[in-house]
Amino acid sequence: MRVPQADQLGRTLRNRILLVACAFSVLGAFAPIASAEPFVFTAIPDQDESRLEARFGKVSHYLAQELGTEVKYVPVKSYAAAVTAFVNDQVQLAWFGGLSGVRARLRVEGSRAIAQGYEDQFFETYFIANSKTGLTPSDDFPVSISERTFTFGSKGSTSGRLMPEFHIRENLSLTPEEAFARVGFSGDHSRTIALVQSGAFEVGAVNFKVWDKELELGTIDPSKVQVIWKTPPYPDYQWTIRGDVDETFGDGFSERVTDVLLGITDKEILDAFPRSKFVPAQNEDYTLILDVAKQVGLIE
Amino acid sequence: MRRRFVTPPGGISVAFVFVALLILPTADLEIVSIDPWPEMLRFGMGLLTPDFSRVGDLTEALLMTVAFAFLGLVISVVSGFLLSLVFQNVVVRTTCAILRSVHELFWALIFLQFFGLSPLTGLLAIAIPYAAIFAKVYAEIAEETPSPAMTSLNSQPGWLTRYLYGRLPDLLPKFKIYALYRLECGLRSSAVLGFVGLPTLGFYLETAFSEGHYSDVSALLLLFFVMIATIRFWVRPITLPVLAIGSLAFLPWGVVDIEAANVIRFFTQDIIPSPLRSEAGVMDLIPWLSTLLFEQIFPGAWATIQVTMLALVATGLLATLQFTWISPHFAGPAGRTGGHVALVVLRSTPEYLLAYMLLQFWGPSMLPAVVALALHNGAIIGHLIGRQTEDLRPRLDHPRRPGDRYFYDVLPRVYPQLLAYLFYRWEVIMRETAVFGMLGVATLGFYIDSAFADLRVDRAMVLIFATALLNIGIDQLSSRLRTLARNSSTLTTSRPGLQAANA
Repeated sequence: MRVPQADQLGRTLRNRILLVACAFSVLGAFAPIASAEPFVFTAIPDQDESRLEARFGKVSHYLAQELGTEVKYVPVKSYAAAVTAFVNDQVQLAWFGGLSGVRARLRVEGSRAIAQGYEDQFFETYFIANSKTGLTPSDDFPVSISERTFTFGSKGSTSGRLMPEFHIRENLSLTPEEAFARVGFSGDHSRTIALVQSGAFEVGAVNFKVWDKELELGTIDPSKVQVIWKTPPYPDYQWTIRGDVDETFGDGFSERVTDVLLGITDKEILDAFPRSKFVPAQNEDYTLILDVAKQVGLIE
Repeated sequence: MRRRFVTPPGGISVAFVFVALLILPTADLEIVSIDPWPEMLRFGMGLLTPDFSRVGDLTEALLMTVAFAFLGLVISVVSGFLLSLVFQNVVVRTTCAILRSVHELFWALIFLQFFGLSPLTGLLAIAIPYAAIFAKVYAEIAEETPSPAMTSLNSQPGWLTRYLYGRLPDLLPKFKIYALYRLECGLRSSAVLGFVGLPTLGFYLETAFSEGHYSDVSALLLLFFVMIATIRFWVRPITLPVLAIGSLAFLPWGVVDIEAANVIRFFTQDIIPSPLRSEAGVMDLIPWLSTLLFEQIFPGAWATIQVTMLALVATGLLATLQFTWISPHFAGPAGRTGGHVALVVLRSTPEYLLAYMLLQFWGPSMLPAVVALALHNGAIIGHLIGRQTEDLRPRLDHPRRPGDRYFYDVLPRVYPQLLAYLFYRWEVIMRETAVFGMLGVATLGFYIDSAFADLRVDRAMVLIFATALLNIGIDQLSSRLRTLARNSSTLTTSRPGLQAANA
């Protein structure tokens, strides 16, 4: 009991000292930081934040070690905020989904997709249903989900919005608003699972990797929620880097970042994603996503 | 007694209840969740078992919340005061009306586009609407405060000197009271800004809540209530410089660099309607606008009006109940203490947060929005009215039964005042209703949030402007009704209370 208490006290004290110290050096706070600018990256907030922080804390540490520069991870609250930060050059690297990556690269000339998870080449969305609905797994699109309540993930998600909406429109010939009694946007995949499991929504669309991970962790109760359909594969997550990093961080920097990301073999980091390994990616790999987004009307 | 119901306040109430009854069947008030109770039970258990083990980490979020609120307030008090001096100017007045009709969260979303997560985003999001509110309220205070000293002073010393010595001393105490009250609002606003990514309390509350760590939520809320309840102890003349400098230094200035290029891009590209940016040009502007109008602005505005009207009437009804919790006419000392605690908790909890929590349990219908607004605003009005009944002498024939006392003595006497407060809250309720769209309710905020999520800033700006116009319309209407009610009845209003209601 004593140790955490001492720890808390230390923290409070530290904060207080920090506050006073800052108060006395307010001018210093505004002076530009003398050392080189840190290399900053972000990621779309696609699932429970504590999990994201654990994951990107490791990545940040690894990148700093391998690149020999200061590396910082900035958490954001929305997919759009991740893209905006990238467009504004407030981050130089980002772990984007298919759609957010396409959006970001359309806006930043010279930016490139450099690495993706092995699994991201053939990603899937699972349609999941609360067991009280009586819906059962099928190989064909479950047409009987129409007229039910349905939740997507984030409005800007590839696996939680774009691809499921595409398949809904294809198979039901209706927009989601027309097809369902109610359409929601849970915000992220963890919450989609929680909402369908609790019955807040009858059906939902979820990133298959998050589903598998939560199943493994035991947060899913299979008696309450189950997978009823799997989409055909499509390309999803990738690391995207700004084209101008070489100017800021030195020639060949983007190549080094690419090599370092592709060279991740640490099982702990890979499991945190969870991906088996990272493989090279390029902008053209995501043409399908761009086409679908245009078709659905999410990109002009 | 019967005459009461045909006097204008009664007439207006009947009209509002009638409108609400008309809207009721069209509103989506369903509990969407199949089985919301287990989760609510878990939340209740969490509330009862606050977990302070992570408080160390959260101290930073608390200080950050104070820093944003305090600095935002300093900026807005100063600029609001200066604006109040020229508030007669129609341009100033109109600009202020527009600025304050846009919710802090929308301002934050706009600044996020080019300042990113820089502290400037949070500071401006608070300071801009608050400055516009200060300008209006300070101008009103000045208007209603007689200035014998100012007029009797010889015009020799020049305007500034006369103002400083002859006028300001009369106004300053009132300005101070209102600024302190606003600080409380600022803390709520600051906390809520965490929901869009600023490092304040809302950031951690949202995380803890969405992951179901309800004991953490409980601890965070308790700390927040304590922080608000103790304002008058830590905000004193002597602590002001420390607070100002400390806040300035504490904010995370190093997170991002402000770049002119981003600001320029925002104003020259992002906000330009997309048809004007492509070759299609002006011809496509009309379909672009009409799609926006018919598919988003009209349905969004209608939903916003539905929720606002239902919430307004529910607030009024609830307030007539809530004031009895702290009124000496109805509750004993122990009961009143409990009542005060309940009302403090309800009005210190930002309505956005209340709505967020209820929405997680019940699903995204209008019900959580209406309930959250009624609980929060009802508590504010209930508090003000309850306080007033403390000075209310019972009638000579003092009805013995509480029911008689309530209906035939106290309520008729406080009712016009209650109605006046309610009208002041009308615009506030609508501003909040619009913003609840970001949580998934189908009000205007839903479409604004979607536009930002799709990185369609041009659409978002049009939608925000439409929301502002709607708010200004309601503001005008409510001020007309207040005048009407005041002219045709004995409706009297006491200033400090009104300013609190006019938040």
